[in-house]
Amino acid sequence: MSNRKRRKHYSVKQCIISFLKYFSLIFITFWMLLPIVSCVITAFKSTQEYNQTSVATLPKNWFYIENFVTAWTKGNMGRAFLNSMIILVFVLMGSILIGTMLAYILNRFKFLGNGLIRNLFLFAALIPGVAVQVTVFSIMTSLNLVNTLVGYMILLMGTDVISIYVFLQFFENISVSLDESAIVDGASYYTVFFRILLPLLKPAIVTCMILKGVSTYNEYYMANLYLQSEKLKVVSSSLYTFTGPFGNQYNFICAGVIITVLPALIVFITCQNKIYNGLTQGAVKG
Amino acid sequence: MDNVKSNQKRIHPIRFLKSRKGQRASIIILFLLVPMTLLITFTYLPFEKMIEFSFYKMKYLGRRTPVGFKNYIDVFKREDCFRALYLSLYYMGASLIQLVLALYFATILSFKVKGGKFFKGAIFFPYLICGIAVGFIFKFFFTRGFVLDTVLQAVGFDLDSLPRWLSDTRINNISLAATSVWRYMGQNMVLFIGAIMSVDSEMYEAAELDGASKWQEFKYIILPSIRTVVLLNLILSISGSLSAFEPSYVITGGTAETATYFVTMHVLAHNTKKVGLASAMAIVLMGIIILVTVAQKLIFHFIFDNDSDISKGTRKRMNRYLKKQEGGNTYE
Repeated sequence: MSNRKRRKHYSVKQCIISFLKYFSLIFITFWMLLPIVSCVITAFKSTQEYNQTSVATLPKNWFYIENFVTAWTKGNMGRAFLNSMIILVFVLMGSILIGTMLAYILNRFKFLGNGLIRNLFLFAALIPGVAVQVTVFSIMTSLNLVNTLVGYMILLMGTDVISIYVFLQFFENISVSLDESAIVDGASYYTVFFRILLPLLKPAIVTCMILKGVSTYNEYYMANLYLQSEKLKVVSSSLYTFTGPFGNQYNFICAGVIITVLPALIVFITCQNKIYNGLTQGAVKG
Repeated sequence: MDNVKSNQKRIHPIRFLKSRKGQRASIIILFLLVPMTLLITFTYLPFEKMIEFSFYKMKYLGRRTPVGFKNYIDVFKREDCFRALYLSLYYMGASLIQLVLALYFATILSFKVKGGKFFKGAIFFPYLICGIAVGFIFKFFFTRGFVLDTVLQAVGFDLDSLPRWLSDTRINNISLAATSVWRYMGQNMVLFIGAIMSVDSEMYEAAELDGASKWQEFKYIILPSIRTVVLLNLILSISGSLSAFEPSYVITGGTAETATYFVTMHVLAHNTKKVGLASAMAIVLMGIIILVTVAQKLIFHFIFDNDSDISKGTRKRMNRYLKKQEGGNTYE
């Protein structure tokens, strides 16, 4: 009864629009999820099953985890996750400390070269990363930093221009009178920075941690170049090694893919809104 | 006398450091030291070296022979170098489609939609997947008789009439470019939604009261308010397509005529070790990217200055003026 009443409010045109709207949404979602879902289906198939059935058939046993075990051990994933975690922790701490310190100086102090430094960072953003790696590699070699976690971490910390802009923008909105009153009370610049400003920057820090965290966890190009030894493989570069031994055994490869994607999925589900906000803020660097 | 002087010398730096001025100098130097060292060693030193290398015939190790401009001439002459830039047209086309789709779905999802959160999440999530994983997912997806072919067969296509998505040179670059649409569309969409949400909701209510159609709402309220973000993304996507790298590096490894400019450069530098030539390629592309960026910025300004609204440049100038008046956000 009430259903009929509500329907009366919709004209035919609105019905069509609404139909098209949901149709397009479902259509795009189908294509977005299909590649991932097909991977999940295949990851649960035994080799025999994989060879005999079509991709569209569901696995017989959804608890068949043999592929995951093989992928985990052959890909040395335990080690890889440990390395990735170490890198993530240090790179996030490092790049946030570096970014906030730099933004503090550039925003709060007037000195000769302030504008020049800003422009140097701006121009650095224009240089495409892959291109510079040709010569960064030779510099890393001469510094003996190839095949060391430290070298890789330093490299990731140094190439972060976006977070610097997020911090600069954030500092603009923190009134300088706050610092000044603390300085009048006898606080040093260091106290002002670490005790007063850094806590206030928390939202910007969360934004940058998300952006930097995603890009660090997913980084593979430099990881392939600079962390070649077996012990130093990170999650993405271990996954890359799957091409060789597993060839076309996609049931193993898909299991490996899911192992690496799962952490991202968990983080995404738990802090969706923070990720969206972080992205939106990171983009308005102007 | 001498004693007193040295005493003074010893005390002076400490007293200087304790003074406000000294503190100021020390914090500036200390806080700038690390970022500037990193910036110089890993961005500008390589940049300078790249220019230097581009004039040599050399490997990473061993003898170097200066060759003048030969590397640059080779970049334009060699079949595999400059022509590879033509591939970026595929990626440009793809990124235009990507922007349009992102805009469309952002507009829909900015308003109340059943299951909106789910749709938004599903469209966005691919952005969080690592490039290598994306590579494997799509190798599997495009393999003959696998995911894509199965779906197409289900809707009535004949397997024999379907191309080999990754090895047929007529279509493989389109397949690769499509993967980048899959991966990045959600990110664009989230940015656009953010911009649309920042519009005052009263605007929409007023428009609805005036009887504006959805299309009019889009054209007169949404589009003007997100123009900046859209144009910014357009600029980024064009320079991004010029330096397209991931899909072809990870999925096909640059085989079957899919090697983009950067993939060619990577192979020359790290596999065949023609470092000089690779450096020249990098410099040429960077020049092109900078030119394109500057040209786009000019067009960007042109569009904004032709508006009745306050243009970006004027706003900047105004801000600067206001800051001067107030003494800005810097310490005295």
